[in-house]
Amino acid sequence: MNVRLYVLQRASAAFMAPLLLIHLGVIFYASSRGLSAADILARTRGSLLWGTFYAAIVVAAATHAAIGVRVIASEWTRWRDDALQALMWACGLLLVALGLTAVAAVVLA
Amino acid sequence: MNGNRGQPQHAPNTSGHRHNTLWLAALLHRLSGLALAAFLPLHFLVFALVLKSEAALDGLLRWTANPAVKLAETGLVFLLTLHLLGGIRILLLENLPWFAGHKRLVAGALLTASMLALVFLVRAA
Repeated sequence: MNVRLYVLQRASAAFMAPLLLIHLGVIFYASSRGLSAADILARTRGSLLWGTFYAAIVVAAATHAAIGVRVIASEWTRWRDDALQALMWACGLLLVALGLTAVAAVVLA
Repeated sequence: MNGNRGQPQHAPNTSGHRHNTLWLAALLHRLSGLALAAFLPLHFLVFALVLKSEAALDGLLRWTANPAVKLAETGLVFLLTLHLLGGIRILLLENLPWFAGHKRLVAGALLTASMLALVFLVRAA
């Protein structure tokens, strides 16, 4: 892992930590009430705040996960650097695409 | 006479580090991270179901009331909490002067993650 990836990995973690604490709080709150699509959409639909919040988590989580998967693959396999790069980009782009689609679904739909 | 003259008496110990708490913490951090990374696409696909219809999402959310799914969700809460607290410990380790309590922090992270997962299970059940 080069310095740029290391800094991105740590910065995305530090950025995500408080957001994940809020996310865990929401999970605990929702778990006691029973989830329904109507409940979720009543909170998120048309909400710039929740849309920004979840989009930020998605981008940070995708960055963090992609670099993390690359690090683990470099430690546990003998893959060459170009294969590790391809794995990282595939993982990151997949997570960003699926994540932002999900955010758009619950905010804009 | 020693028939093994010239040969080492014992194989070098290359696995002793595996009994170290902080090595175990690093392994758990990687395993929990991998599990969360594998779960994320499914998590996103569930909410993208709204694009199909609200009823489709509701159908899947009803399925999550299944006890086996609740147990799996409890495991995810445990992994997320463990990875989050383990990550905060790494940030502290790398950005603050070294202090002696890192093994206690690892134990604390495991205990907190277990307790939160248990509370989640009780509330969700």
